[in-house]
Amino acid sequence: MNIENQMKLSFLSRSVNEAFARAAVSAFILPLDPTVEELSDIRTAVSEAVTNCIVHAYPDRTGTVFLDAKITDTGKVIVKIRDKGVGIENIEQAMEPLFTTSSDERAGLGFAVMQSFCDKVRVRSAVGKGTCVTLEKTISSPTYDKR
Amino acid sequence: MRALVDITYDSNTVTAQLYGEIDHHIAPKIRKEIDSRCESLRPDLLRLDFKAVTFMDSSGVGLVMGRYRNIALLGGRLEVVNIPKPIEKVFSLSGLGRLGVLK
Repeated sequence: MNIENQMKLSFLSRSVNEAFARAAVSAFILPLDPTVEELSDIRTAVSEAVTNCIVHAYPDRTGTVFLDAKITDTGKVIVKIRDKGVGIENIEQAMEPLFTTSSDERAGLGFAVMQSFCDKVRVRSAVGKGTCVTLEKTISSPTYDKR
Repeated sequence: MRALVDITYDSNTVTAQLYGEIDHHIAPKIRKEIDSRCESLRPDLLRLDFKAVTFMDSSGVGLVMGRYRNIALLGGRLEVVNIPKPIEKVFSLSGLGRLGVLK
């Protein structure tokens, strides 16, 4: 499996950047000619992961969110969303549907959406160091233009 | 700034027409508009119309759940209508279907 294309972004953990992250990933995978549903799935999953960073990673300051996307020659899209924030104490609990540590109107469904809309979701985290969420989704019939 | 929500009131029903993308950034602004109108008008029914919504993540689910709770506290009901297919997919991961508010 070879990497055909890659991009890296970093931006402040401000909620206004959620739309930017979605648009950036959408534009990046568009050459794969995804179906409307595949595009929507990836955009929504990315939105959830980025929102988690913005809501949870840096409670007392504005930090940086790092987004890295790769496309392989088999049409697999791999998006890594990373932060250097507080980290998750109990990953299993955090990934339980409806679980949230937020006091706002948060549904606690971020991970449930990511898992439902992507083929694979991996979470690595260390308290005080940060969190990395990796999303994988294969586009069904990739017509990737390598030019 | 573009309207995120158009609110109309007729026959004891507040209808909120939502527009564009609903995410964690936008949801509180929509919430404020809807809550303030409902608090002053005290409708029997709050209808959230999603036909012009182009994107929604689970922040939208939180928004709807919060409205469901608030309108119930005011003695009213909630209805969510004209849900586009991709957004239906996000709602299906929530328990809102079982509450009978998704039309």
